[in-house]
Amino acid sequence: MSGTYLGMPAFPRAAAASTRDTRLRANLTHATHTIRDKRARAVAELDDWARLRAAGAAIKDRMLRHLDHYLERLETAVTEAGGQVHWAADADEANRIVTRLVRETGETEVVKVKSMATQEIGLNEALAEAGIRAYETDLAELIVQLGNDLPSHILVPAIHRNRSEIRAIFRREMASWGRPAPEGLSDSPAELAEAARLHLREKFLTAKVGISGANFMVADTGTLVVVESEGNGRMCLTLPETLISVVGIEKTVPTWQDLEVFLQLLPRSSTAERMNPYTSTWTGTTDGDGPQTFHLVLLDNGRTDTLADTVGRQALRCIRCSACLNVCPVYERAGGHAYGSPYPGPIGAILTPQLRGTAGKLEASLPYASSLCGACYEVCPVAIDIPEVLVHLRERVVEGGPVTRGGVRTVLKPARGHAAERAAMRAAGWAFDHPGALRAGMRLAARTRRLHPRRLPGPGRAWSDTRELPAVPAESFRDWWQRTRGEEARDEAARGEGSAK
Amino acid sequence: MRVALFVTCINDALQPRTGQAVVGLLERLGVQVDFPAEQSCCGQPQFNTGYRQATEPLVRRFHRAFRDYEYVVTPSGSCAAMVRDNYPRIGAKAASEGRGRDLQQIAAAAVPKTYELTEFLVDVLKVTDVGAYYPHVVTYHPTCHGLRMLGLGDRPRRLLENVRGLELRELPGAEECCGFGGTFAVKNPAVSAAMGADKVRAVIGTGAEAVCTVDNSCLLHIGGTLARQGAPVRPVHIAEILASTEASTEGPEVPTEGPDAGTVGTEGSLR
Repeated sequence: MSGTYLGMPAFPRAAAASTRDTRLRANLTHATHTIRDKRARAVAELDDWARLRAAGAAIKDRMLRHLDHYLERLETAVTEAGGQVHWAADADEANRIVTRLVRETGETEVVKVKSMATQEIGLNEALAEAGIRAYETDLAELIVQLGNDLPSHILVPAIHRNRSEIRAIFRREMASWGRPAPEGLSDSPAELAEAARLHLREKFLTAKVGISGANFMVADTGTLVVVESEGNGRMCLTLPETLISVVGIEKTVPTWQDLEVFLQLLPRSSTAERMNPYTSTWTGTTDGDGPQTFHLVLLDNGRTDTLADTVGRQALRCIRCSACLNVCPVYERAGGHAYGSPYPGPIGAILTPQLRGTAGKLEASLPYASSLCGACYEVCPVAIDIPEVLVHLRERVVEGGPVTRGGVRTVLKPARGHAAERAAMRAAGWAFDHPGALRAGMRLAARTRRLHPRRLPGPGRAWSDTRELPAVPAESFRDWWQRTRGEEARDEAARGEGSAK
Repeated sequence: MRVALFVTCINDALQPRTGQAVVGLLERLGVQVDFPAEQSCCGQPQFNTGYRQATEPLVRRFHRAFRDYEYVVTPSGSCAAMVRDNYPRIGAKAASEGRGRDLQQIAAAAVPKTYELTEFLVDVLKVTDVGAYYPHVVTYHPTCHGLRMLGLGDRPRRLLENVRGLELRELPGAEECCGFGGTFAVKNPAVSAAMGADKVRAVIGTGAEAVCTVDNSCLLHIGGTLARQGAPVRPVHIAEILASTEASTEGPEVPTEGPDAGTVGTEGSLR
């Protein structure tokens, strides 16, 4: 696994490989089940969870309906508080802006707070091309970065790694990034954490530029919020002279009061905590306290296009808690890398095809990376009906239709490679709408059932490689009903009664 | 009371015993059962794969078949959920595309009268003891659409707990999907099979003789996986358990033959 998502195969192929990786499967099952059970307990503590969830969805929906208004309000508030606001239509523009801002400081190293938005745009790679080294300071992101790996989970990016793998990565790679791993490092969590702490402390104390995302942006006051567990975020947000925050436009909330809802929903759904250990908020700049230069880069990168879709737009409510990943049976077995983006699991399966469009093979395969079991919708703290959006996007893939790309309304053609399926679906639709033909077909199947193979050739192998085929019964229900209770049977019964008299 | 049976296409073609069991069970409870022959598939395979417009004729067909009935009862959690959750969406989308409001009206009429079997028994007939006899060890897998879309809750369990002779064994990880997922089973066969293998391992671990659900589609996958592994656990639809009585376990009503023969009727003879 190298550090890029480019050219990743479609989901079924990637997942077929990862389901065979027994160590990955064991790591994922252990980790997701632990978080899943803890989340259920943390949520059960609140008797108003259902109302909080509804409020979270309603606040986000209202914000999204008036996003233009709240973004301008946010820009005004941030500017008045001493910050500078930049607008980035896509990943390239955001990367160009951040690169320019870092260059203007004269620095060639930056420290980073864990951020999904900067993963999404590939900021670290863009900075590296410009000769700027970005240091990830979240423990799991550090593991991923040192291992030249990709994150596979929103909350726990190194969930696919176990302790002994982490020890090996630290011993092998830390020296080339800064302070080496201590001699005789074991794989005990305390020693691994201490090694990371020592390694990172150097970066915190020397870095002049910090880069972050944000969990929320309060439009009213221009306040940004980062919630975290390790304190690395607090260091990056307070120690450097310059702070650059790259934030998706949908992270806006109208007022401070709205945080009351989200600061209950997010920690319990995400880390299963009543409250996360560190909540940092900042509003522009303050003389003599914290960074003296603050830049906010507002990122669109497909969000406005997503907003134009009345069904798909609910994905923009997402607060990146990752509860849907932890309950997803497909994620648990396929792993995060199979989703080909920093957004794995159910939310990734509806977010990536909307942010990037469905033209690519990977993106077109993601809406099908689900059995539609609905566990994700059940736990989502902002009630995103992920199965509904998955089916909606499946239609976009196979039938095409109206869609907004780059702000322009266009009509998509059906994706290639679905011709046989489309024909089969049309044929099935026709047969189901012509019961006479269907009945004839079922009778033919019943008469020839002794000749049916036990295993299917070609595409049918997808079923019969691991499962027996159902046996066709001698008589369909329809025929049984007709024979025993249909008009002929009733007439016969009536004749029988008549002759007995 | 007169109800229409929506048997579903899978049961019609592959599991007629389940439909027969529903008829036998409801008639035993004093309900008159009709089978409107115009019925066909609910359209779920097409809809869930992305072919919404191909589903519309089947929505209309459902309406024609069942418009004269007050109750439509179906032995399938996912087909009931298709009608209740997705028919309104199909109607709303057709209307938003400027193709009239009739599909919306059809959906609005279909939703309140369509019941999954255990809902109909518990909520409408208000029975949890249907007088069944099934002397076997059974584990119950709550299928996803029944559990999460319909919210069946403990209805199936309450019905099973009142079956004489039946010993119910807890299924570990019961609420996890079995991995069927309709076309998911063939579009993502590796993940589907991995999920199926885990489900089957849990089922076998209970030591039950039979695994029971409210949906035969999931049972095709679970049962097919069990059979491939040569496991001695039978898949059985809940209707067939609830239809069994001391009398019916003496001999099958319908000749059952073929390699998978033996759920309703033949169950008793296995003892």
